[in-house]
Amino acid sequence: MFSLRTSRLIQTGVLRRFQSTLVVAEHADSKLSAATLSAVTAAKQVGHEITCIVAGADCKQVAAELSKVGGVSKLLVAEDAALEGLLPERVAPVLLAAHKQFNFSHIIAGATAFGKSVLPRVAAKLDVSPISDITGIQAPDTFVRTIYAGNAIQTLKAKDAVKVLTVRGTSFEPAEVSGGSAAPEPLTVDVDKNSSEYIGQELSKSDRPELTSASNVVSGGRGLKSGDNFELLYKLADKLNAAVGASRAAVDAGFVSNDMQVGQTGKIIAPDLYVAVGISGAIQHLAGMKDSKTIVAINKDAEAPIFQVADLGLVADLFKAVPEMTEKL
Amino acid sequence: MRILVGVKRVIDYAVKVRVRPDKKGVVTDGVKHSMNPFDEIAVEEAIRLKEKKIAKEVVALSIGPTQAQETLRTALAMGADSAIHVEVPAGELERVQPLHVSRIISKLATEGKFDLVMVGKQAIDDDCNQTAQMTAAMLDWPQATFASKVEKDGDYLKVTREIDGGLETIKVGVPAVISADLRLNEPRYATLPNIMKAKKKPIKKMKASELGVDLTPTIEVISVEDPPVRAAGIKVEDVDTLIAKLKEAGRV
Repeated sequence: MFSLRTSRLIQTGVLRRFQSTLVVAEHADSKLSAATLSAVTAAKQVGHEITCIVAGADCKQVAAELSKVGGVSKLLVAEDAALEGLLPERVAPVLLAAHKQFNFSHIIAGATAFGKSVLPRVAAKLDVSPISDITGIQAPDTFVRTIYAGNAIQTLKAKDAVKVLTVRGTSFEPAEVSGGSAAPEPLTVDVDKNSSEYIGQELSKSDRPELTSASNVVSGGRGLKSGDNFELLYKLADKLNAAVGASRAAVDAGFVSNDMQVGQTGKIIAPDLYVAVGISGAIQHLAGMKDSKTIVAINKDAEAPIFQVADLGLVADLFKAVPEMTEKL
Repeated sequence: MRILVGVKRVIDYAVKVRVRPDKKGVVTDGVKHSMNPFDEIAVEEAIRLKEKKIAKEVVALSIGPTQAQETLRTALAMGADSAIHVEVPAGELERVQPLHVSRIISKLATEGKFDLVMVGKQAIDDDCNQTAQMTAAMLDWPQATFASKVEKDGDYLKVTREIDGGLETIKVGVPAVISADLRLNEPRYATLPNIMKAKKKPIKKMKASELGVDLTPTIEVISVEDPPVRAAGIKVEDVDTLIAKLKEAGRV
C-alpha cells in the first residue's frame, strides 16, 4: 500500500517535470503584443514549464524582449522571410513542428485576430478541440469562458491530450517583462509557400493609446450622427488620455473604421473608465465593455439599456454635454 | 466553382438568453431562433459570387435538429441552389463541437468536390470562432478569415481581412475556406416568390455517421451560469456632478 502510493507520487512528479506549455508570441513592427504577456500569465496559472515561440520574418527584437519575460524557461525563434504577414498556413506548421519536438500539454495564445486565426488550425491538425477566449483557469484541464455575447458563463473540462487555448487579454494581467533569462534557440521549419500569399496591411494610425490596453476609453455610437462629429470625442479622449472606440452602428454608418468596434464581434475591453456616448447599449455592444471598472453613459434617451450597466448616467444631449465636459476637465 | 456554405440555427441575436435551472445550458425551448447573422453574410457572399459568374453553384449546409431545415429554407430563399441537412437530434446538439462540424464540412467538401467553403466568422451562441480555421486545416486548404471583401484575381481570390489594427489583404489559391465578417456585405431579404420557390428546392438529408464522423464530445460542460450582475448605478443631473463623481472615484 505504502509503496504503491510512493510510486504514484513519483509518477506524478515525473509527469509534472516533463509537462510544458507553449505560448505563441504575437508581434507587429518588432514589438511584442500585450496579448502575449497575458497569455504568459495564463500559462503560469496552468503551472507547467513555459516555452515561448516567436515566428516571423524578423524576430530578433521581439525575441530579445521575450527573453526578459519572467517565468519563461525556453524560447524558440523561427525566423524565415516566408513568415512575413504571419499567414496561418505557414505559422501553424511551425507550431506543429515545435509541438512534435517538445510534446506540449498546453498551447496558448492571446484571443486576438492572430491567435483566433492560427490556433484552431493547429488544434484541428492535432485532432483536438480548441477552447476560445478563456477568462479563467480553474485547473490545467478546466476553463471558464463566456457564451451568448457574455450573457452566460461556461465552465468546461477539456478531455483532449493537448489543450489549445486562446485567452482574453482583459482577464489575465500582462506578465512583467523582467527577471527572465531564456536564451533564444533557433527552430528551423520548411515553410510551405504555395497556398496563400500575404499582400499587405492598411493599419489605422493614431497617437492615442491602443484600444484593448487603454485605461480610459471614450466610445461613440449612432448618436454621433456623422464621422465629423467624432471630433468631439477625440477632444474629450485627449483630455482623458483615452482611446476611442465605437459601437457597431457607428462603424456600419461609416463614421469610423471597423478596428475601433467594441463588442461581441469587435474588441473586448475592460478599461478603468468607459464613457459611452450616444450608444444605446445593445447586448452585442455590452459584451465588449461590461467588465469595465467604471461605466459612464451620456445619452438623451433615459430608457436606453446602457443606463442599466452604467455606474454614472447623464441624460443629456451629447452635443452639449461632451464639449462641456471637455472644457471642464 | 462550387461553393458549400455552412449555416447554423441559433437563438435570435436580439433575445436575452436565460440560463437553465439545471445550470447545464441556456433555455432554447420556445425561444425565437434564426440564422446566425454571420452565416447570412456568408450565404449572401456566395450568392453574389454566383451572380458575378465566379461560382456556378451554391449548396447550403446545416447540422442540427429538424428545425435546421427552416434555416436551410432561408438560405435557399436567398438564392442557394440546394441544401444538405446533417441531422443531429436536439438532445445531442449541445455536445456537437466545432471540431465535429469541421469534420462534417471537410468530408462533404471533399466528397462533393467543392472549391470553396464559406461560413460565418463565429456563431453568436458558442462564440467559438473556430470552424473555418479547423475545416481549412482538415482539408489542407488555405484560409481567409474575417473577410470584409472577396475579389477574384486570376486563379486566386484576393481577400481583405479585418484584423486588430485595421485591414489586411491576402491572396488564397482555390480551393479555400473563407469566413465572413460583418462588413463583408448586407444580406438580402428573401422575397415571397423566392420563399415559395425555395420550397421546391431539394434538401438532402443525412446523418453524421453516414459520413463516418463520430460526435463523441471531448469537452464536458460542467456548468453554465449567469454572469455577475453589476451594482445599480446612479443618474446625475449635469456635467459638473458627473465630473465631481468621477473625481471622487479617482477616475479623472
